[in-house]
Amino acid sequence: MSKQQTVPMIFNHVRDMNWPTLNQFLTATALPIVGIVIFLGLWSLMAKNIDTSLGTFPGPKAVWQQAVVLVGEHNAQMDKADKFYDRQEQRNATRLAKDPDYKSKIRDFTGAPTFFEQIWTSLYTVMVGFIVASLLAIPLGILCGLSKNAYTAINPLIQLFKPVSPLAWLPLVTMVVSAVYVSSDPMFSKSFITSAVTVSLCCLWPTLINTAVGVSSIDKDLINVSKVLRLNGLSHVTKIVLPSSIPAIFTGLRLSLGIGWMVLIAAEMLAQNPGLGKFVWDEFQNGSSESLARIMVAVLTIGVIGFGLDRLMLALQRKFSWDKSAVLR
Amino acid sequence: MSNKHHLELTQVGMDFPTAKGPFNALQDVNLRINKGEFISLIGHSGCGKSTVLNIVAGLYEATKGGVILDNQEVNEPGPERAVVFQNHSLLPWLSAYKNVELAVKQTPNGRSKKEIKEWVEHNLELVHMSHAADKLPAEISGGMKQRVGIARALAMEPKVLLMDEPFGALDALTRAHLQDSVMEIHAQLGNTVIMITHDVDEAVLLSDRIVMMTNGPAATIGEILPIELDRPRNRIELADNQQYNHYRHEVLKFLYEKQRKVESVNEHRKKRSKNKVGATQSNVA
Repeated sequence: MSKQQTVPMIFNHVRDMNWPTLNQFLTATALPIVGIVIFLGLWSLMAKNIDTSLGTFPGPKAVWQQAVVLVGEHNAQMDKADKFYDRQEQRNATRLAKDPDYKSKIRDFTGAPTFFEQIWTSLYTVMVGFIVASLLAIPLGILCGLSKNAYTAINPLIQLFKPVSPLAWLPLVTMVVSAVYVSSDPMFSKSFITSAVTVSLCCLWPTLINTAVGVSSIDKDLINVSKVLRLNGLSHVTKIVLPSSIPAIFTGLRLSLGIGWMVLIAAEMLAQNPGLGKFVWDEFQNGSSESLARIMVAVLTIGVIGFGLDRLMLALQRKFSWDKSAVLR
Repeated sequence: MSNKHHLELTQVGMDFPTAKGPFNALQDVNLRINKGEFISLIGHSGCGKSTVLNIVAGLYEATKGGVILDNQEVNEPGPERAVVFQNHSLLPWLSAYKNVELAVKQTPNGRSKKEIKEWVEHNLELVHMSHAADKLPAEISGGMKQRVGIARALAMEPKVLLMDEPFGALDALTRAHLQDSVMEIHAQLGNTVIMITHDVDEAVLLSDRIVMMTNGPAATIGEILPIELDRPRNRIELADNQQYNHYRHEVLKFLYEKQRKVESVNEHRKKRSKNKVGATQSNVA
């Protein structure tokens, strides 16, 4: 085949490929960008006109600068930590050379946690709280969905505790954790346990309720199939109940994780537990001219992470759901 | 006391609890069915056909009377009375093969892994579905789903096969195709079959006896029509057969004359105008 023929063929091939039309491109990509640009414009316009005791409200530019500063601070701190550990190692090595019986001590770096370390703490805490809550809520939800009696017994408690704000729980949780979780060499810090338990208490309900509703609305014919096949309790749950209520369970899990993330920030602020909430609170107390911009960075970060967590759950749902054709949003 | 009948329904009655007190759906249903017989239940909607089937399946418990299968009382569902549901009721997350396999694994007869595989494949073969064994229910047509549903029921090796309007949701051509398959399978395996249907042709073509039910409430068996046509039956030949048409006529007569459910539009109008006249007269009075 000559070269002259090949080129038009490639051209045709490219043209026949399933390119999104201009219209599709506009709706899928351009519209969100338009929205963001308008938002940024309004934000910077309004920010200029708001004067606070800590200076004018930060616009997008100031926030971006602070984001860069926070990255710089994190890198500097990491450098410091690396040097600290290097020095420690050298010191231990020299002492060990002088005195072979010397038992070297490893001390942790005690610098203040950076913004990114706070993010990591928050993520870790919310995941632990969320997983603990889910491990309780899903089995309990299945029980409520299967047995009308269990549902009638538990429902008043669900309705009672569902609307309780995490901040009301927090003092109680703090006191109980300090009283009960006593250990000379604790595996987790108390503040971590307190935050995680508070998150769990608020994460329970959406998963519990959605699972119960999902399980109780299984197709009657499928239940009859299970009866005719004489499936025992366990196989009834694993073969019929769980697969058919997966969509409802995931709806609950997504709601729970969203709530858990919101609750965690509030709990960290109030209880001075490490994490993004504490970062916000510290900046507020610090009250420098950059504080507001730094808080704004945290606000946007919280939003982005919340969005990311929801996408993560969606990806998990896609993986676990048998119905690959279902539209998930 | 031993009895020579395979499946026996004696004085079966069913009351459903409602807000206004019990609703008597079914009353005094007596039916004796021999091994290998193909029985059709026909009647208007709401006449309790499905209730009878569900009682035999063990999904409902009769409030009066009872069902005896091979000298044993029926009081719970089980694989020896397999059900083919109206809308296939395959588990949508399992492939055709896995759906049948689940049923086979639940039937207690100590098959080895290899025997299970062979038996599942055999039953899919029986309903001509081997080619789609790995497809999910959503990926195959309605007729194919119902075939898999039948394979699942057959794979349980039931003493009685219960079919609740198995072809009701299918188009006429697919239905005819499946009816032929069911006749073929019945001839081959000789299961006892109870089938609910709304279709007079289907009932006459497939059945050994047609059980015609009266309208509810307190529905019961109106007439039983034995169909003495030679098997194997061919729908094209029978379409021109006098005896076949006589049977059709009998069933139609029962449904639309003796147990007429819906009055014709004209009669309905007549009645209404009469009532109106009556009402105005009473007002005048």
